Amino acid sequence: MSYTRTKIADLIDGRIDQDTLHQMLSMPKDAERFATYIDILQERLPWKDRIILPLGPKLYIVQRQDTKEWKTRCECGHDFCDWKENWKLHALINVRDTPQKLEQIYPRLMAPTPSWQVLREYFCPECGTLHDVEAPTPWYPVIHDFEPDIDTFYRDWLGMPVPERAVVA
Amino acid sequence: MNLNVKSSDFKTTTRGIVRGGETLKQHRDRLMEATRLTKHYAGLKQMELRDSEPILYNKLFSRLRAGVVDARETAKKIAASPIVEQEGELCFTLYNAAGDSILTSTGIIIHVGTMGAAIKYMIENDWESNPGVRDKDIFCNNDCLIGNVHPCDIHTIVPIFWEGELVGWVGGVTHVIDTGAVGPGSMCTGQVQRFGDGYSVTCRKVGENDTLFRDWLHESQRMVRTTRYWMLDERTRIAGCHMIRKLVEEVIAEEGIDSFWKFAYEAVEHGRRGLQNRIKAMTIPGKYRQVGFVDVPYAHEDVRVPSDFAKVDSIMHTPSEITIRGDGTWRLDFEGSSRWGWHTYNAHQVSFTSGIWVMMTQTLIPSEMINDGAAYGTEFRLPKGTWMNPDDRRVAFAYSWHFLVSSWTALWRGLSRSYFGRGYLEEVNAGNANTSNWLQGGGFNQYDEIHAVNSFECAANGTGATAVGDGLSHAAAIWNPEGDMGDMEIWELAEPLLYLGRQIKSNSGGAGKYRGGCGFESLRLVWNAKDWTMFFMGNGHISSDWGLMGGYPAASGYRFAAHKTGLKALIEEGKPIPFGGDTDPENPVWDDLIKGAVIKRDKQAITTEEMFSDYDLYLNYMRGGPGFGDPLDRDPQSVADDLNGGYLLERFAERVYGVVVSTDASGLYAVDAAATDAKRKAMRKDRIANAVPVKDWMKGEREKIVAKTGVGDHVKQMFAASFTLGPKFEKDFRSFWDLPESWQLTEDELDIPHYGSKYSMDLSELPDVKLVQFVEE
Repeated sequence: MSYTRTKIADLIDGRIDQDTLHQMLSMPKDAERFATYIDILQERLPWKDRIILPLGPKLYIVQRQDTKEWKTRCECGHDFCDWKENWKLHALINVRDTPQKLEQIYPRLMAPTPSWQVLREYFCPECGTLHDVEAPTPWYPVIHDFEPDIDTFYRDWLGMPVPERAVVA
Repeated sequence: MNLNVKSSDFKTTTRGIVRGGETLKQHRDRLMEATRLTKHYAGLKQMELRDSEPILYNKLFSRLRAGVVDARETAKKIAASPIVEQEGELCFTLYNAAGDSILTSTGIIIHVGTMGAAIKYMIENDWESNPGVRDKDIFCNNDCLIGNVHPCDIHTIVPIFWEGELVGWVGGVTHVIDTGAVGPGSMCTGQVQRFGDGYSVTCRKVGENDTLFRDWLHESQRMVRTTRYWMLDERTRIAGCHMIRKLVEEVIAEEGIDSFWKFAYEAVEHGRRGLQNRIKAMTIPGKYRQVGFVDVPYAHEDVRVPSDFAKVDSIMHTPSEITIRGDGTWRLDFEGSSRWGWHTYNAHQVSFTSGIWVMMTQTLIPSEMINDGAAYGTEFRLPKGTWMNPDDRRVAFAYSWHFLVSSWTALWRGLSRSYFGRGYLEEVNAGNANTSNWLQGGGFNQYDEIHAVNSFECAANGTGATAVGDGLSHAAAIWNPEGDMGDMEIWELAEPLLYLGRQIKSNSGGAGKYRGGCGFESLRLVWNAKDWTMFFMGNGHISSDWGLMGGYPAASGYRFAAHKTGLKALIEEGKPIPFGGDTDPENPVWDDLIKGAVIKRDKQAITTEEMFSDYDLYLNYMRGGPGFGDPLDRDPQSVADDLNGGYLLERFAERVYGVVVSTDASGLYAVDAAATDAKRKAMRKDRIANAVPVKDWMKGEREKIVAKTGVGDHVKQMFAASFTLGPKFEKDFRSFWDLPESWQLTEDELDIPHYGSKYSMDLSELPDVKLVQFVEE
């Protein structure tokens, strides 16, 4: 099964038709999806550094053209940190830990009780994009949610060469 | 390996009942040893039947699978219980002689593993010699200490024989409406130990020659409140099992026993390989970490439990780490999870792991071949003593789902990161809803009979948002992919509760670029009930369903109940009364219509039996799903559509989404595009201005941790218990916060009871009991 570039673009834009969506869900996966997906995302970005792996709607692991370092980057171009680090530790945070702050998001009674659970919003320091919301108890460590094995993924699973990666001194 | 054996192959004087002459125990031991040595199920490095006769293999699969589904659809019409008949809370599974599932029907497929666990318990504990396993026997089980989910899931298990030898088993399960527990309803909250969970049956032989024993019929019908439903549910299960047994006999007669026998094992290996292939086709190797929480607010006056040591607020906690390896194998480690507790939300390792397959069949393995193969392809680590692998035989299980659904929802987030990275956006799901509220209770109903109710309206919660669109509203529940809210008219026949409203629950879905699906709410009026009680069961202080990649969690729960409402007089006088939904609980309108009523409107979403009279009110609020992506990236028109459709309250359009709207003459909302653009720009600037660098915030949070301030004992107890059971969790915690060696946190230093933290006694310590271990502990 394979899909046209237009259909993949529609999927990215949330405009995919229901028939194709159903087909995508129910049929075996199209192995070439990753390459098409990255290609579409790449051409829409305002910068030329290569996408290695998308982490969110506006968050990527990228290879810097100049240094070949891999960074976790916001769509606006802001580099959070080296790709191996937890990008959240380099973000801005807003903690909703009072009823007043939580009731900005939920009607009273439908918000969590802040002595049991708080919301932590992680923003890009340059553009203010909200990249993640954690909802743990107070005291909870910031979660390093994803450590991809990109070398194995590219080399063994996709059969693609692993992009060059400069080792940070 | 050679699956076929003869009794002469074994140095034993007793011929076993399994085909070829092995005993059940010999057969299972041989298969498990071959599995361990080869990493292939039953040592099947080659699948002889599938490879040499693929058409026959697929024919066998299609015919048996169709027959199992047909049995479910036919049998459910025998049931009287709306839980089974309306909601489809039943499932049938075909097992091979070793108790591993070959294939299963639709429905509550978590039981693909649980009934197998019961069969394996019978095998390990030599049911073969006592009480004996013979053709046309009937066994019943609902024991949660050996693998069942909760006591209200009743298993009927029937062995399948061919020419005098056992060649398989069939199991059927239904969710019954009452188990004779401390409180009415199948998932009640009042008990804190298993002994209050109701009728418990351990793989008991309840019939032979296809006939139920009279002593069983007389005993079981009086052990539960809803006798008629109980008896008809049992007939439902037996009918389905016998249909499937007959089908297997016909298939063997037509295709030969050798073909069926090979299929019964190759299908499991096929399922194992299928999972591995799908992991490589859909995910990304690496490590994924996530966490789930849910509240157990038992310190409240409306939670009446028999034991002081259970009368505490606590939090259930399950961190998880998924490791996907380069060869497509994977490991799920739940170190750091909370200890089992004095409530009914504990789970057996099999229900925890088997339920994960229910999730996976909706994403990773959406195949008709759902069997134990996936379980053999997965390494689970559930530390002994945790809530999902208890080390004490007193634990209660009646509503294990309270945390099962809340802990699993985190796994969606992990897998979704891999789907998102690969571009399989259609598979991304922010999570599942906490499937509640459960309206339960009982007394004398409108037919003047002892009755219990357990509304399954929450089989239609909101679902999580995806990466391509909003979650589905009032649509599904994670535990039954075919969930349905049921017809109001049927619930009114089953419960002495009239509907005064049923509407979408605004704002219940988490906000996001794509929002979570919204739940709904039903307002019920008690009518024609006598000596009646009801209670609430759901999450309240905690939303267990986090959003994904910038999306917000689903809303959490609350309760509304009203007593002494004066509605009888208001109705007689033709005055306004509460109708519809509790649209905006921050600005309630019903309360003024029933002035003088005793109203309970708060975050206490778990209660025990509360007395209700005719004309009292009960709000049944079904939760929504979590959101995906930054809400400021949501299409403004979708926000206006949400306002017009009742999915969102007006003040949140601007606050959360930055969408400025106006209303036209007809009252419909429309987007002011220019104002929205300006508002969103301003909000992004405000975010930056009002937020702080994470590392600065960490300094302040660390100071609180070092000083042990800023949290209540319920949070401290959660951490202290997880530290005890999860040394790595504690090490990571200390490392993250850079805590000094001298910093310690133990349950002993907290001013709350913690019975069970030091003394426990496992079921395995009872005489003559051999437990089956399914996971790494």
